Amino acid sequence: MVSPKDFVGRDVLSILDFNREELDYIMDVADEVERNMDAYRGLLSGKTMAILFFEPSTRTRLSFEAAMKKLGGLTLDMGEPTRASIEKGETLTDTIRVVQNYADLIVLRHPKEGAAKLAAEVADIPVINGGSGAEEHPTQAMLDLYTIRRCKKRIDGLRIGILGDLKYGRTTHSLAYALSNYDVKLYLVSPELLRMRREVLRHISGRIEVQELESIDQVLPELDVLYVTRIQKERFVDESEYLKVKGSYRVTIDTLSKMKKDAIIMHPLPRVDEIAIEVDSTPNAVYFKQVYYGLLTRMSIISLVLGALSGK
Amino acid sequence: MDERRELRVQKIKDGTVIDHITAGYALDVLRILGLTGKEGLTISVVMNVPSHKLGLKDIVKIEGKELVESEVHKIALIAPNATINIIRDYEVLSKMKVKIPDILVGLVKCGNPSCISNSHEPIKPVFHVISKDPLLIQCHYCRRIMDRNDALLNLI
Repeated sequence: MVSPKDFVGRDVLSILDFNREELDYIMDVADEVERNMDAYRGLLSGKTMAILFFEPSTRTRLSFEAAMKKLGGLTLDMGEPTRASIEKGETLTDTIRVVQNYADLIVLRHPKEGAAKLAAEVADIPVINGGSGAEEHPTQAMLDLYTIRRCKKRIDGLRIGILGDLKYGRTTHSLAYALSNYDVKLYLVSPELLRMRREVLRHISGRIEVQELESIDQVLPELDVLYVTRIQKERFVDESEYLKVKGSYRVTIDTLSKMKKDAIIMHPLPRVDEIAIEVDSTPNAVYFKQVYYGLLTRMSIISLVLGALSGK
Repeated sequence: MDERRELRVQKIKDGTVIDHITAGYALDVLRILGLTGKEGLTISVVMNVPSHKLGLKDIVKIEGKELVESEVHKIALIAPNATINIIRDYEVLSKMKVKIPDILVGLVKCGNPSCISNSHEPIKPVFHVISKDPLLIQCHYCRRIMDRNDALLNLI
């Protein structure tokens, strides 16, 4: 049986660090947060969370900050990475050694893969990976799972398509890992250049049924969930490669008409043009609900890691 | 034993003989062991000689230095069939086959240019060996998986 004690002081580096029971538990607590919001206000009074984002971010930063503040805790934000701070050339190792003196928890976003792992080895306090390069984004995967569970009332038995940039899109890596804990069929749909990373495929294909495709059309009628991602220009080393795949897919009302009536469309945001605006007003579009479920999920994980629920 | 081969390089009195090195890799073995020739040790390198087991093989003889087990196993990455003979007074004191270690520290750098271990942090690259045959190693930091070819391209 999973209990809150299992989470106290833990790092959240990769979704792979969590098994199905633990993921389910985090989602159960998110349900509980929503039901008893008043009881959670002030839960983390006196606690401080440092927000170290070495990459520009609006959504994830605000989500973590809102989650901590709603729990009554303080946040300490080093702000946007500036040219000055980068030019000073301080190592991440040194930054973590300094910042851990001010906080009870660190949320780190960093352009380098494995940065959160390094930070966790240096820090005496827990580290949450808020996105590491093109590698992973574990709390996004947790909130994606939670969104699916909330919208579809289950995760097992679903047919889920992940569409877009599966090579550089860190949310797709973490989500694929997370879903491999459940009984789902996964369709990975991308241009050839942006196929799912080898290490992710290797891990998930022994656990769930996975099919790689270049076009979404043939599986649209089967899907319960379509997870769409943006092609991230900033992750391409070679711009000509970006131009080859730019605009290679787009979800429209016409796409929806080929899908089940109750299928849901998800997106980690920000969206550019992968989903047409007219889809937003359909009941299938849940990407703005994802933001709310993300808040609940992050409130859950922060409370658990800081041990605020272990007395319960 | 193959008398003709033994004649190519004479027996050594004390030191280490690394035999059954994959043909063509003797110089890489020396590089992994950190031997540049400037240490003043007498080192014999024999390359592409006939071998019953391997067809062709390389041999390295290092006089006056007994290699420590831990450093020897590093060469297993490029020469998985190699045997290490420790020689004292012309006799084989011990003979062992190389074993790929479970963890590689500071031996191979991560092939992922975006990995934190390729930045200026004060850390050595670390890999976990997830399969020895075929060789698959996984970066401790970014979890990138590399095969033998990737590992050879990224030898430090």
